[in-house]
Amino acid sequence: MVTPVSPIAQPAAHDVKSQKVCRLDEVTRAWIKKNIESEIIIEAENLDFYYGKVQALRDVSMCIPIDGVTAVMGPSGCGKSTFLRTLNRMYELTPGAHAQGRVSFLGQDLLKADPAAIRHHIGMVFQRPNPFPKSIYENVAYGLRIEGVRRRSALSDSVEESLRHAGLWTEVKDRLRQSAFGLSGGQQQRLCVARAIAVRPKVLLMDEPCSSLDPKASARIEDLARELSDELTVIIVTHNLQQAARVSDNVAVFMAGGELAEFGTTRQVFDDPQDPRVADYLRGRFG
Amino acid sequence: MFLFLASVSLIALAFILYFILREAVPVFRGATIQELLGPKWRPTYEAAPRYGILPMIGGTLLVTIGSMALAIPLGLAAATFIAEMAPGWLKDIAKTALELLASIPSVVYGFFGLMILSPYIRDSLGLLTGQTALTASLLLAVMALPTIASLAEDALTAVPRSYREASAAMGATHWETTWRVTIPSAFSGLIGAVILGMGRSVGETMAVLMVAGNSPQLTFSFLKSIRTLTSGIALDIAETPSGTTHFHALFFMGVVLLVITLAMNWIAEWFRGRLAKGHLKR
Repeated sequence: MVTPVSPIAQPAAHDVKSQKVCRLDEVTRAWIKKNIESEIIIEAENLDFYYGKVQALRDVSMCIPIDGVTAVMGPSGCGKSTFLRTLNRMYELTPGAHAQGRVSFLGQDLLKADPAAIRHHIGMVFQRPNPFPKSIYENVAYGLRIEGVRRRSALSDSVEESLRHAGLWTEVKDRLRQSAFGLSGGQQQRLCVARAIAVRPKVLLMDEPCSSLDPKASARIEDLARELSDELTVIIVTHNLQQAARVSDNVAVFMAGGELAEFGTTRQVFDDPQDPRVADYLRGRFG
Repeated sequence: MFLFLASVSLIALAFILYFILREAVPVFRGATIQELLGPKWRPTYEAAPRYGILPMIGGTLLVTIGSMALAIPLGLAAATFIAEMAPGWLKDIAKTALELLASIPSVVYGFFGLMILSPYIRDSLGLLTGQTALTASLLLAVMALPTIASLAEDALTAVPRSYREASAAMGATHWETTWRVTIPSAFSGLIGAVILGMGRSVGETMAVLMVAGNSPQLTFSFLKSIRTLTSGIALDIAETPSGTTHFHALFFMGVVLLVITLAMNWIAEWFRGRLAKGHLKR
């Protein structure tokens, strides 16, 4: 039996001249609906991205299903982090960066929306744990305070719930008022997850969240990503193939130059990559 | 070698303390401590000289409070604007301008105060003289402002980018990030900036001497002429025969000035420690 092949992958292999990876058309959409059996939450169409004059993403079109974990992979400098930062407009903090194209999130164009409003719905966890120099409690309550929540009980409830979700509650419940800097790296990263999910986002972006953690702490974050995907869409950037294989349901592979080479279910991409460059990339790493 | 270099400043401090104290202590041969802390300064009135330095302490505190009431909010606001809001080119210009302002000799400021500020205050408030505590406060505020703004700006800029990113990613606007993350994170640096500005205010001699009027009266009114500890010393030291009680009283004023400065530093340290903790508890 032939595995269903992602139509997104095909044009890249055959239509090298035009460098168009794909056009999102009804066929693609139908394919995703059929093969991933999921609604689409984020949809990028012909997305180009530039740092000044340097192009970091080239005509990227892809859909991200609402269910499960989507991993974004690729060699260094292929634009995977850039792609992630486009989804919550974090690239705007970098001077000279700009995006062209369309990224729709539940129907509205992300690139035209108010970035602060977008970031309420699309949370982010960074490469290095970056808690604020505040107490554990205040770190988690930060998003709610921004939203204007003042009631103490509402805040404490949310802090507890978020910390439980992030699997950190039992470790920190007796020292909520102490500085977040007293936690270990892995704990700090889980605190950052708790902080991000406290405002109940619909999407959680994770930008190589384990790159500064030891294997045990990494495993906890991976488990957490899986658990959280029951309630929200998780998009995780990783350069670790095993991690992507363990964690994700779907995989997008970028190639040098910021081109989306392949998108499909994790099994399909790992077992039977359509793009020869992706096959090389996967083989090279598995050796 | 390094130990020696490190000790140089300590040795210098010890020598300063020693010589000031050596010249200050003999004052007790001519006046009691109650007399020294009294409200009348009349050292040259031979029939009944008085060596009360309270008016000068009051004057110093008055102009310091007055100038800081202006310079702290304005300086911190300016720093926040430059660090967080101004576009790049304006940031460069403003920063250079501030550093330039901070390096203008105080006598030049004094001249400006004497020629422009003082007559303006006299005329606009209908006073007999424009040489008042208010004039000195305004001038000191202008002088301390660049110090406070420049150092506070450094402290704000030094806040790691990752904090701002984390806050922005939570959906905070730039202003919310500034207010809730950047400023609290820079807090100890901001206190440091304020303390240095205050130090400039307490220690300034020349500019105050030129605009404060220098009458040694104990007052809480900003519209009266006052004399500060620093300008008090500078005014008398050249024409006071060494070895007299008057001469030693001037050194005693120096000791008081030192004590005030040290106390200010300690209070700031305590404040900083307490607020840093309090900030976490909140």
